[in-house]
Amino acid sequence: MNTKPLLSRKNTIEFRGVGFHINDIPARAIVSGVSLTIPHGETLVLLGRSGSGKTTLLKLINGMLLPSKGEILVQDRSTIAWDPIRLRRGIGYVIQDAGLFPHFTVAENVALVPGLEAWDPTRIASRVEEMLQLVGLDPREYAKRRPRELSGGQRQRVGVARALAADPPILLMDEPFGALDPVTRAELQREFSALARRLGKTIVFVTHDLREALLLASRIVLLEAGRIVASATPQDFLHLDHPEVRAFTASLTVSPGIPARAPQ
Amino acid sequence: MSQLSSNWTFFAEHRIEILAATLDHLVLVVIAMAIAILIGVPLGMFIVQRPALRTIALGFASIFQTIPSLALFGFLIPIPFIGGIGKRTAIVALVLYALLPILRNTYVGLTGIDPAVLESAEAMGMTRAQILWRVRFPLALAVILAGIRTATIITIGVATIAAAIGAGGLGTFIFRGVALVSDALILAGAIPAALLAILADLLLGLLERRLRIS
Repeated sequence: MNTKPLLSRKNTIEFRGVGFHINDIPARAIVSGVSLTIPHGETLVLLGRSGSGKTTLLKLINGMLLPSKGEILVQDRSTIAWDPIRLRRGIGYVIQDAGLFPHFTVAENVALVPGLEAWDPTRIASRVEEMLQLVGLDPREYAKRRPRELSGGQRQRVGVARALAADPPILLMDEPFGALDPVTRAELQREFSALARRLGKTIVFVTHDLREALLLASRIVLLEAGRIVASATPQDFLHLDHPEVRAFTASLTVSPGIPARAPQ
Repeated sequence: MSQLSSNWTFFAEHRIEILAATLDHLVLVVIAMAIAILIGVPLGMFIVQRPALRTIALGFASIFQTIPSLALFGFLIPIPFIGGIGKRTAIVALVLYALLPILRNTYVGLTGIDPAVLESAEAMGMTRAQILWRVRFPLALAVILAGIRTATIITIGVATIAAAIGAGGLGTFIFRGVALVSDALILAGAIPAALLAILADLLLGLLERRLRIS
């Protein structure tokens, strides 16, 4: 049985002059000149339009991508030096479609990483129960179900439970609530916001939704064309004077009362 | 006496021979399919990560599908070790025919998996082997089985022609029937072969539906 934490608790994530180019061609840079330190316990939101390099930064953290330039340190060790399997087992990962295994039950999905880590079966069982309760799913009702028997919101809850099961100190989330209907999304955002504060994990959260960023972030990092253009707390973010920030804040404003033109 | 009842009398009189030929046929098909699965499925798993080999393997397997079966049996006869007259040559030819559907479906099944599932498997820290055995393979099983089903039906049909090179089976009746212009003899080979094909289709179809994960 493996009881020691996968990564030490004090760690931070650190980007040092990171660039990522497709096929290592500098002209096709997805991300360039990124330096960023993420202290332990922070909920950092990477905000940006589609194609701004948010997901790339996320995948650079767990070694799904390796940098073309610079380095990323996780727990003071470069992702190149890490055994990718060890690194990823210590980092929870949640994506938009949840990516649950359709041939596994909910319980089996949640038990995945503890199982890979060869935990004691009784410990896995109690952990699965604990995780399902944590994300608001009654284990008695949901443990034996298959992902296809769940709603989108429930699937995403299972995705979060699976990511947290082995108690990783770092959690990466790539637009986890992006495909949900607005009501379910707001519900999950609120619950997750409370959960994140309680868990004290280092969370890197990718979104293109400023509202979501303001709700969840302890710090917002704004990306534009693969570069960091702003970094601020949610309180300060709205007052920054940068065109891309203004573009995002403008997206928040709703202008009611503009009469629709009558059909001709 | 009508044609139908004369056929029926023929079947009744020769039921032992028909049964023996059916069994012979079945043995031929089962051996060929077992070999084709043992080659096709692992090869399909092997080529998933190897694009160069994939083109060669799928191309090679496709070639045999284009050769008329009677010609393929003929071609194999003069080849040393695998050729000659009899069961062994027939099995080689049947394996070559069965290979493509199995190989192609294994490959398609293993690669046609929801990218989000594969991405999260990788991100959870599963090794390549774990992803193959615990994610790709179980999710591909229904598609692989569909390939095996297609291959089995092809093999049951093609195996009737194996009688032309002395491999026995239900084709023996058909060839003899053609030579003697006897409908009864032809049907004595054709009907059990058709029944075998239908039965295999039903049984494998049933299994496939049970394995399918929506």
